[in-house]
Amino acid sequence: MPTLEIDGQRITVEDGVNLIEAAERLGIEIPHYCYHPGLTVAGNCRMCLVEIEKMPKLQIACNTRATEGMVIRTQSDRVKEVRAAVLEFLLINHPIDCPICDQAGECKLQDYYMDYDRQESRFALEDKVHKEKALDIGPLIMLDQERCILCTRCVRFLDEVTKTSELGVFERGNHCAIDLFPGRRLDNHYSGNVADICPVGALTNKDFRFRARVWYLERTPSVCATCATGCNIDIHHRRGEMYRFRPRHNPDVNQYWMCDEGRLSYQRYQGEGRLLQPVSREGDRWAVRGWDDARVEVVERIRAAIAAHGPNAVAAVISAQATNEEVFLADRLFRGHLQARVAALSWSPADALHDDFLIDADKNPNSAGLRLLASDAGLDAVIAAARSGAIRVLALLRSDLLGPCGESLLDALADSVEFVVALDTHFSRTAEIADVLLPIGSFAETDGTFINRSRRVQRVREAIPPPGQARPGWQVLSELRRDLGGPAVPADASAVFTELAASHASFRHLSYARLGDAGLALEGAPSR
Amino acid sequence: MSEKILLRHEDVPDLRRLEVYERDGGYQAARQALGGMEPAALVELVKASGLRGRGGAGFPTGVKWGFLPKDNPKPRYLCVNADESEPGTFKDRQIIERNPHLLIEGTLLSAYAIQSHTAYIYIRGEFAFGAKVLEEALAEAYAKGHLGRRIYGTDYDLDIYVHRGAGAYICGEETGLIESLEGKRAYPRIKPPFPATHGLFASPTIVNNVETLACVPAIVSRGADWFKGIGPEKSPGPKLYCVSGHVNKPGVYELPMGTSLREIVYTHAGGIRDGKALKAVIPGGSSVPVFTAGEIDVAMDFESVAKAGSLLGSCGIIVMDEDTCMVRALQVIARFYRHESCGQCTPCREGTGWLEDLLMRLEHGGARPQDVDLLRRVADNMIGNTVCVLADAAAMPVQSFLSKFRPEFERHVETGGCPARGDRLHPAAAAAQA
Repeated sequence: MPTLEIDGQRITVEDGVNLIEAAERLGIEIPHYCYHPGLTVAGNCRMCLVEIEKMPKLQIACNTRATEGMVIRTQSDRVKEVRAAVLEFLLINHPIDCPICDQAGECKLQDYYMDYDRQESRFALEDKVHKEKALDIGPLIMLDQERCILCTRCVRFLDEVTKTSELGVFERGNHCAIDLFPGRRLDNHYSGNVADICPVGALTNKDFRFRARVWYLERTPSVCATCATGCNIDIHHRRGEMYRFRPRHNPDVNQYWMCDEGRLSYQRYQGEGRLLQPVSREGDRWAVRGWDDARVEVVERIRAAIAAHGPNAVAAVISAQATNEEVFLADRLFRGHLQARVAALSWSPADALHDDFLIDADKNPNSAGLRLLASDAGLDAVIAAARSGAIRVLALLRSDLLGPCGESLLDALADSVEFVVALDTHFSRTAEIADVLLPIGSFAETDGTFINRSRRVQRVREAIPPPGQARPGWQVLSELRRDLGGPAVPADASAVFTELAASHASFRHLSYARLGDAGLALEGAPSR
Repeated sequence: MSEKILLRHEDVPDLRRLEVYERDGGYQAARQALGGMEPAALVELVKASGLRGRGGAGFPTGVKWGFLPKDNPKPRYLCVNADESEPGTFKDRQIIERNPHLLIEGTLLSAYAIQSHTAYIYIRGEFAFGAKVLEEALAEAYAKGHLGRRIYGTDYDLDIYVHRGAGAYICGEETGLIESLEGKRAYPRIKPPFPATHGLFASPTIVNNVETLACVPAIVSRGADWFKGIGPEKSPGPKLYCVSGHVNKPGVYELPMGTSLREIVYTHAGGIRDGKALKAVIPGGSSVPVFTAGEIDVAMDFESVAKAGSLLGSCGIIVMDEDTCMVRALQVIARFYRHESCGQCTPCREGTGWLEDLLMRLEHGGARPQDVDLLRRVADNMIGNTVCVLADAAAMPVQSFLSKFRPEFERHVETGGCPARGDRLHPAAAAAQA
């Protein structure tokens, strides 16, 4: 545990910590381009040069480990002079693309220029080296070689993290350029990360470029819902519209990365097919209903079925797409309060994409939560009962039955079950068998928690409001519970979680406040 | 020094053939060392000889060998740096092409000393003939038991491989060479760790220059005292001096370390061609600071040249006569370093190009009055701020040419081009002067 001094402040750090990280803990930013904590040290940008007492030459902070007694100066005249020089070198061949570059607002070249350089160019424009612009190098990524500062973060990411090595440095001197190796495309499942880690506008995401200036966007910390890994993300949004997902650092889950499928998954919640208001079937068309009206119908159909045929005439299918709060409320309502049957649905295609890094074959974000919080009478048993006519009312919570049941069984269920109510985000093939559709918010439109494959409880937040008249799932379920004779509707999702934590031993130590942005492992969960 | 050690092939015809090399006493040192010397004793012998690396840096060879960790179970590698490519330097090529067994014997002895069983001779791609000669010589050496398994009946094994580079200056940098040998782009590595602990394939590695290793057989056969008796105490031994440029007899000369630069230029290389006056001499290859004609009374050894304000480097002596345009000369040097910068570090990647652009304008017209100072500032900002010393190699000549020949650069600005080439005064400058 060496103790050192940086700009007059003393700090003790663990062995192996480099000077950029040590300084960061003191709130001192040592500027850098090529250094990224998730990649090996390249030491090529030379932006992080600092003065170390008793060393004649300036040293790169990224490759210098803190040692006992070190005295570092990060703001001396000598250091500032070198930073200005490095920026001057970087900018001589950089194109003046700032007004049209999509990295504006997130460009370290701009930031550091304002911090350390601010001098007029001494370079004659006619000498600029020109390189290729707007190269389509993969399904997600565009490359602008002129803007590249050769920090090689992208190359190292592809060598060290995905180990696919699609990109390399070609040519020499100031003709150097990042490019694809011959015959290759940047088409691995994590390609979008190279745009995240590019400190300038050289690598941009096709999906996002030219869509928004980043300073207009708000960021909400959340968790990707595309698979059981639960990568930590930031949702970038503005005025109720999501613009992109970006990975958020969590060393216990996803480090600094996320997969492309998860990255693009925001699109599915904004595309066509969203349920925007409660609807009910009238013949071969859907009729818009008011919320109260639709809920009353659902409540009456449930009451009538139980009154006539007992609680076994009602069943609910709760999927692992639902948050813990939704699972808890649905299970409490159907199994606890109504004593009806509940089936847990955690289905993924047999050929689901997976790897040994982040992408899990379980395409549900909350299979672990569903297992913990819902009783499971077995999906097959419930479907069989429904086919036999024993179930009169079937409630589906974020449950798409097309995968596990197939088309013909879905059609058969439509005939054999008197009343189907579905709480979901989208119209779907499953929705076609429903009598009433209640629109609820996606994971990005509701507060709640998921439990990932490592039994880590993590929060999702209402980044944007549910569209149209859709409501958070926990609210709809609470209202149904109240109407069916249960307790009053909680004030918010956090109150639901408090109730949940009080009733399940493994959650007892948890609260939204304690979960924070990084989440916490359930007791007894293995650390990843 | 009349007896030749490193250029013995000049006195013995066909020395590159094994039978001739053996007849001339070749491989006796190797037999002697492997037959009776402990590896550690050999390291001590080389230390005692005072042999310093001939690649440019001049680090004591035996001391470098001593940096290898004693308790590392990984294999040790010896890399022979035959990537000679500093402009003005062509000494190693002499040994490689004309006396390859001297290099092989030196490699065998050195590998034995450091207990390496695999050595790579990394030869620059353009040395196609040299690579062929080395391959043939290696085949001869294997056939006669100088290499391979149980050499001379001992339990020592050694394999030597010739590895051809693709022709990049940076492959001659110690760690760039290692990266290239590993099949990667020859980006120099940041240090620490140093090759002695984490070198080729992350194993302990020594990289030595061809001329350095070629000295080892003579040290073994004649002893450390004999070697120390040649030249100055701190830089002993025979040395190959490459002389090029405006001299009557350009070539490679084997002379003791510490021979006067004036003697090399005027006695051995025959003086300045066509009876012209001397203007400048670069003493150690294109990357080191230049001497003016009045500064050549300097002993050519590491300490003396450094004291005089330059570097011995690889002893690539480039001689320039009175007609030489120093701006043009510097532009040619800058063009080389721009072309060869690997592009890894910002100051070098961008700075080498900028230097050449500025010099191009000075030489061919269009330079602004502030460009002379800018040239100096760009060079100052490059030095000492990069992973390897290529940026320094590009910037040091700029600094020294400007320090010693600045009026010529200013005259280029005034003229709007090169007066030596007959460029006329730039119209704007002419108007200003009128």
